[in-house]
Amino acid sequence: MVRFEEIGLRYAVGPEILREVNFNLEPGSFHFVVGPSGAGKSSLLRLIYLAQKPTEGRISLFGRDVSGLTRRENALLRRRIGVVFQDFRLLDHLSALENVALPLRVAGQPEDKVVSHVSELLSWVGLADHLNALPPTLSGGQQQRVAIARAVIARPSLLVADEPTGNVDDRIAVRLLYLFEELNRLGTTVVIATHNEALVSRFTHPILKLKDGDVETLPAHSMPFEQASEGSAA
Amino acid sequence: MLGARNDLPLEKDASVRFLPWLVAFMVYLAALSATAALAMNKVVVRWDQGLAGQLTVQIPPPSPDETQADQDKKVSRAIELLSSTQGVRDVELLTDDDISGLLEPWLGETVLQQNLPLPVLLSVTLDGDGAPTPENLALRLSAAVPDIVVDDHQRWLSDLFDLARTVETIASLVVVAVGLTAVVTVVFVTRTGLSIHRRVIDLLHLIGAQDTYIARQFEAHALRLGLMGGLLGVFLAIVTVALIGHLLTRSESGLLPDLSLAPAEWMLLLLLPVGTSLIAMVTARLTVLLSLARMG
Ligand SMILES: Nc1ncnc2c1ncn2[C@@H]1O[C@H](COP(=O)(O)OP(=O)(O)OP(=O)(O)O)[C@@H](O)[C@H]1O
Ligand SMILES: [Mg+2]
Repeated sequence: MVRFEEIGLRYAVGPEILREVNFNLEPGSFHFVVGPSGAGKSSLLRLIYLAQKPTEGRISLFGRDVSGLTRRENALLRRRIGVVFQDFRLLDHLSALENVALPLRVAGQPEDKVVSHVSELLSWVGLADHLNALPPTLSGGQQQRVAIARAVIARPSLLVADEPTGNVDDRIAVRLLYLFEELNRLGTTVVIATHNEALVSRFTHPILKLKDGDVETLPAHSMPFEQASEGSAA
Repeated sequence: MLGARNDLPLEKDASVRFLPWLVAFMVYLAALSATAALAMNKVVVRWDQGLAGQLTVQIPPPSPDETQADQDKKVSRAIELLSSTQGVRDVELLTDDDISGLLEPWLGETVLQQNLPLPVLLSVTLDGDGAPTPENLALRLSAAVPDIVVDDHQRWLSDLFDLARTVETIASLVVVAVGLTAVVTVVFVTRTGLSIHRRVIDLLHLIGAQDTYIARQFEAHALRLGLMGGLLGVFLAIVTVALIGHLLTRSESGLLPDLSLAPAEWMLLLLLPVGTSLIAMVTARLTVLLSLARMG
């Protein structure tokens, strides 16, 4: 589903962020990406959702090398990827409802189902009372849930989420992760970057650990025991 | 088209507020020029038709050593000759009053009262076929009556044609200039919009929007602004033309052009805002598609 081969990444200025990174995420898998701040988690995700080109190496998505895609193929591929951005990237002049509806409209889905479909999902993430609110009038955690709803509304084959629970309390964080797990059960491949290792330890998913430009793949439940046993899932 | 998505808040851009006014002004200019060209054309047609088959034969006033009897003899010889010429249907002698009437608007009453030596004018109507050419007629007449002048009005008409062509050329240039200005302005405004909304456009791309999806919003916006400005411009032009037309009717001068427009001409005027809007729309589309493709 997502294959990195000898990926190197460096920005115009500064050191190499990723060096000779190799991994392959199977279809239907669920991975966390962890690592200290500045390790390159967001950079790694940007490579996956095609917002960034690697300096070296080859990335394949859905079995296709993405380097030679036309603009049209690129757009069609991106429709199969849901993204939760670390900074949300909601459109401030559109209501929560309109923001979440965007991927459906961009993909040209019939308008009659859009609104009911979107309201239902927003209710599910606890925003039933804020359907028509503009993002700047929402709290950070509410904005984050709008961003998550937008990422999953079109039932993407691949979900990429960058710190999707950074602004919500643990109860909501776990609830949101259950949403991702639900999607995963329906077949979506999920990749979630987070520095909340306690949260990671509550789930039984493999981990991509970023450190000094390297990516180490750890099996499920490889986080320290004390953290994993701390509290139980809500 | 007008109900296209507005994920991009284009209406709020300060850079586009002036656009409808600019379009209105340009369409106003174009509409006035077009009306002027149409009116000029009608004047030409009217004179051309009015003067077809008409000649004026002019016998100069008698010279000091000639008597009025000599002059009268010349005139009757000329009338005789003309009447006996095949292809001449009618010869009419214009009286001094007629001539004064023609000249009055140009020279004024007082000048005419001073007993100016006036030429004798014969108005000649020719038959459609078999009529002599003005040159042949002039040759025949001058053999009998020297100094005679045959005027088929071609010189005056060709001056009029030249004037009409000039007006038409200027009008076309104005219309073309308006079109070009529209294109340049829309390119500029669209590029500004693309850079102002760079982040939104990036996001739309990331969630799978194709360039055409983004272009459609710019297109719809350009079309809307173009129509708004264009209709305002053509409306103001129509008001202006009606006003001038009204003033001209009141002055009752036969020489001035007729500004009333036929239905087809009204349609032509209404084509201006429609054309401008379409140009704006297509320009916006191409600008977006080319810019996005270039940005990669
Ligand atoms: N557009 C950019 N241009 C230059 N350097 C960048 C750019 N984006 C990120 N970096 C650098 O790359 C490194 C990794 O950044 P990245 O955002 O991927 O880290 P992260 O692991 O997501 O951190 P955090 O947990 O704080 O979100 C940082 O040192 C950052 O300064
Ligand atoms: Mg990050």
